Amino acid sequence: MSTATPESSNAPAAPLIQISNLNKWFGAFHVLRDINLSIASQERVVICGPSGSGKSTLIRCINRLEDHQEGSITVDGTQLTRNLKNIDLVRRDIGMVFQQFNLFPHLTVLENCTLGPIWVRNMPRQEAEEIAKRLLDRVQILDQSTKYPGQLSGGQQQRAAIARALCMEPRVMLFDEPTSALDPEMIKEVLDVMTDLAESGMTMIIVSHEMGFAAQVADRMIFMDDGQIVEENTPDAFFNNPQSDRTKLFLSQILRH
Amino acid sequence: MFFRDQGEMLPERPAPITEVGIVGWLRINLFSSYGNTALTLVSAALLALIVPPFVAWGLIDAQFSGDTGAVCSGVGACWAWLDQRLGQFFYGFYPADAHWRVNVTALLLVPALLYVLVDNLPGAKFGRWFSYVYPLLAAYLLVGGFGLEVISTDKFGGFMLNMVVGLTGIVLSLPVGILLALGRQSRLPVIRLLSITFIEAVRGVPLITLLFVAIVLLQLFLPPEVSLDQLLRVIIMVTLFASAYMAEVVRGGLQAIPKGQIEGAQAVGLGYWQTMRLIVLPQALRISIPGIVNTFIGLFKDTTLVIIIGLFDLLGHARLLQTNPDWIGDVDHEAYLFSAAVFFVICFLMSRYSVSLEKQLSQDRH
Repeated sequence: MSTATPESSNAPAAPLIQISNLNKWFGAFHVLRDINLSIASQERVVICGPSGSGKSTLIRCINRLEDHQEGSITVDGTQLTRNLKNIDLVRRDIGMVFQQFNLFPHLTVLENCTLGPIWVRNMPRQEAEEIAKRLLDRVQILDQSTKYPGQLSGGQQQRAAIARALCMEPRVMLFDEPTSALDPEMIKEVLDVMTDLAESGMTMIIVSHEMGFAAQVADRMIFMDDGQIVEENTPDAFFNNPQSDRTKLFLSQILRH
Repeated sequence: MFFRDQGEMLPERPAPITEVGIVGWLRINLFSSYGNTALTLVSAALLALIVPPFVAWGLIDAQFSGDTGAVCSGVGACWAWLDQRLGQFFYGFYPADAHWRVNVTALLLVPALLYVLVDNLPGAKFGRWFSYVYPLLAAYLLVGGFGLEVISTDKFGGFMLNMVVGLTGIVLSLPVGILLALGRQSRLPVIRLLSITFIEAVRGVPLITLLFVAIVLLQLFLPPEVSLDQLLRVIIMVTLFASAYMAEVVRGGLQAIPKGQIEGAQAVGLGYWQTMRLIVLPQALRISIPGIVNTFIGLFKDTTLVIIIGLFDLLGHARLLQTNPDWIGDVDHEAYLFSAAVFFVICFLMSRYSVSLEKQLSQDRH
């Protein structure tokens, strides 16, 4: 039970992301309950849990796609409040990848990638395109850069979305069930890109049910249920020796097939 | 058990003749079912019944020259007035020695429109600027001042008046409508409430009532020394009226954009106006094209209501002609038919442009 009050054992003095006593309600529904979490630079955290457990809401709070009512979230020293300036600052530092990709269908893949750098970072177009092409090459869809998202497969779209987020040169990447909307054949190509990203030292917070992938890249596993963190552990201990009964039940359900 | 090797995969074959080419087109479009075949035959019979007598009346038996209605026999159409009156139908009572100003304005309209409507024209960068400056240029040419003789707006008339009111209304109602649509979805209660009130109030009243308000009532509330140009009042009212409809058309498009698009834009770091301008509106307006053009066409036809401020547009001049002692009783159908044809050409062009724009935009994506 010592893991009930989470603490990062080897985190440096100032964590990149500090979440303290976070509470959030959707109307009357208490969706996040007293979340405490700190994430160090270069750390990879995988969050899992049943649907409706608040895991997506939690990471959406980190770049303020959702606001919270109580507690505090600090990203790289900037606290998230109603202050729009702070929100802009934090969003510049955070890249996000969505379950439904959320690519802009009226722009080409390359334009999707250069939009943020050009309009938010005021980067010259040529420089933005160079960066975008390098990253599209890294996710291996450089040859698709002049196509529109609707012309790509799901896996290609998700890799384009990852490249788009990376183009802002973020300090943290958030992944909200990035492979849940993909055909089985395409999941691997996306996970490969994410593994590559993890190996390059990117700080990543990933909501995912890909347990094999999680075991491979995660520094830390977090299990959520009913809007709270139920268990927080190293991947090894999490999969082989889970402490909470709820975690054991969850793992037995999803690992059975 | 059954399997195919790579080399045994079936090749593609051409479609049978009944599905492609002229035969295919006829089959699919005109004779696809018994009902469709019956409709095709009935339509053909109706056309055969209507078209020949119409052509005989309008062209073969028609009278094309003469100074009064007396020359017209009554068997065919009377087009003799065209020679005398065509100028009035297009320029109204605009002074004859200044007709060149209308002509130049109309001529310059062509490139101004093209540079807005068509992509990838040569000199597009300069062309766009020209399109932006054109409204000022047109106002200067038509009204005058700064060296040109000033011609008061009550001299405007004929089809030129329809174009002035219609195009100004079209150009202004889209941006105002977009702002109203965004306002209606705003999180700020004051802005939302103001937008809703404006839209519902304007939509709930007939345009002709708004025009009467602008002409008659407004003067009661304004200080006596302030006098807004009558034509300007009509243009403002027509624009506001169309913007209320436009706002609802655009709102329909806005609501069709998935929330994920806005979240994607926010996650990239774009602010509200950037998100709207770069992500949401391009997609929402694309969806709304049919509704937007529909509103434009409605607005253009509403320009005939300028008659209530005593200005004679194309339709007004058609009526003047019908009551003119020289022509009375001889041009009842012809004058209307001519006005209808002119309006139809403009509205049909708008409609075709919208269709081609939709096609072009959907090709971009797939």
